[in-house]
Amino acid sequence: MVDKAVDKVIARMPKSLSGKEFTYCPGCHHGIVHRLIAEVIDELGIAGKTLLVAPVGCSVFAYEFFDLDGTVAAHGRAPAVATGMKRALPDRIVFTYQGDGDLASIGTAEIVHAANRGENITTIFINNAVYGMTGGQMAPTTLLGQKTTTTPYGRTVKANGYPIRMSEMLSTLEGSAYIERVMVTTPQNTIKAKRAIKKAFETQIKGLGFSMVEVLSTCPTNWGMTPIEASKWLEENMTKQFPLGVYVDKTKGGN
Amino acid sequence: MKMLFKGTEAIAEAAIRAGCRLYFGYPITPQSELTEYMSRRLPEVNGTFLQAESEVATVNMMYGASCTGRRVMTSTSSPGFSLMMEGISYMAGAQLPAVFVNVVRGGPGLGDIQPAQSDYFQATKGGGHGDYRMIVLAPHTIQEAVDLMNLAFDLADKYRMLVTILADGMLGQMMEPVEFHEMRDLRDMPQKEWALTGASDHKPRKVTSFDIDPYELEKMNLRYQATYKKVEENEVRYEEINTKDADIIVAAYGTMARIVKTTIRMAKEEGIKVGLFRPITLWPFPYKRLNELADTVKNVLTVEMSYGQMLEDVKLGVNGKANTPFYGRSAGVVPTPTEVLEAIKKIMVGDLNGR
Repeated sequence: MVDKAVDKVIARMPKSLSGKEFTYCPGCHHGIVHRLIAEVIDELGIAGKTLLVAPVGCSVFAYEFFDLDGTVAAHGRAPAVATGMKRALPDRIVFTYQGDGDLASIGTAEIVHAANRGENITTIFINNAVYGMTGGQMAPTTLLGQKTTTTPYGRTVKANGYPIRMSEMLSTLEGSAYIERVMVTTPQNTIKAKRAIKKAFETQIKGLGFSMVEVLSTCPTNWGMTPIEASKWLEENMTKQFPLGVYVDKTKGGN
Repeated sequence: MKMLFKGTEAIAEAAIRAGCRLYFGYPITPQSELTEYMSRRLPEVNGTFLQAESEVATVNMMYGASCTGRRVMTSTSSPGFSLMMEGISYMAGAQLPAVFVNVVRGGPGLGDIQPAQSDYFQATKGGGHGDYRMIVLAPHTIQEAVDLMNLAFDLADKYRMLVTILADGMLGQMMEPVEFHEMRDLRDMPQKEWALTGASDHKPRKVTSFDIDPYELEKMNLRYQATYKKVEENEVRYEEINTKDADIIVAAYGTMARIVKTTIRMAKEEGIKVGLFRPITLWPFPYKRLNELADTVKNVLTVEMSYGQMLEDVKLGVNGKANTPFYGRSAGVVPTPTEVLEAIKKIMVGDLNGR
């Protein structure tokens, strides 16, 4: 209806988003990443055969935001749920959407073994260095010195160890077929992030094994920053601990 | 044709014949032969076997597989069943059908690997969080376990509920001749209009145990409760032996009930008429029939391989109409028929002398 009133449509909401209003805070990157995933699913024409496994955390409502068949897993268990789906229906596309508390803390066993089995699923991993939903507690990815509600004096090695690098860790496993770490702080790196997400889904379509895209993301609310400050903080601090780049890529023949 | 089968393996074969083609599991004694049997048998029937990294992963793989509408099961033993409680609660909330086999061993904690019935509370009263129920079936022979396996999958699909076969190390490890039902045609499996298969031919479907709005979550809970009520009305199963004219009724299930059957014969030789009330569904528990029987005797003796768990349901059923003494041994120790007979005699001394 709107189309008729305008001369040219240059952008619209991707079909794979339901149109339900996001529950995310201003400046949070979840919304951007949701959109990128939906655009990729539309472009690949796989909406009718894609199953989504949402996590526990801020993105728990992801199953409502995507216009796809979907469920919510228990905290950290999304890779196991996705494994069950994929083994039951191997010709469907199955992806999990998980935060850092979900994937890198309570769900380490499930993600490590899904990757190690070369489970032919895709994981979108949102790393914002904090537990968002529960109000800003320390995550396994919280940076050293970073203040959170459970590290009020800043994270220390002595008390909490080092921030865990999941992409590096999972890239040591032979079942991993494609792993890349990206961010969405600028239009330019958002385009790169979309390319990575598309490649991850293509990896699954080709049946090459486990694929994951880690997206460094902001949490302005729990970081206590404006969205612009948060993006800057991410670029200046998180990328040092979590370098961007491709960690595994078996899509280029030979494997 | 009857075949000689080990309990765990017979249960596995029965599950496959009931249309189960998906098995996820983690090795644990005394049921690992079930897992092993599935690993060699499922590929023969184009099924999928996957050894998970833990029981926590196992139950979540079942969650995912069940979301697609296909029949799925696992088997485990007590400590493993404890680990599955998280996923069981989520599956109950998402109304996902699946079948669990718990070959119970001595507990608590690491316990031992001998037969026990001490997971009764966990299976019948919850174990996971939230107001949920699970259908619990208790076979007392391998043949019955085979027959109940078929029923278990049908009940799970019919009510969109979890069904647990509560066995024990004795049933799992013994061998008996059994007759299997025919291999069921997968084309006859129930169609599930809620299943997640990709939204190409339906509007996007959501399967969750979640609603942030308490009034909506209450509606979901009331739906579960309505289902549980239907199950309570329609699916109560039990067996009675010699309960007419009995001097005393013994309530026992599973392996313990089988032992009591021997006690009944021994008691008969001594002139004591012992009746057996054997619940086959531990949930829903046959309260109503037990209450009727309580009118006919002075004592309903509960005998368990635990320190008195089903006893609480027996008391609810009897509701004060008769005495409810208890005899049991647990921790992997199995009461003998003679020990049960001794317990009966102690209770009945007054009665017997009076005749």
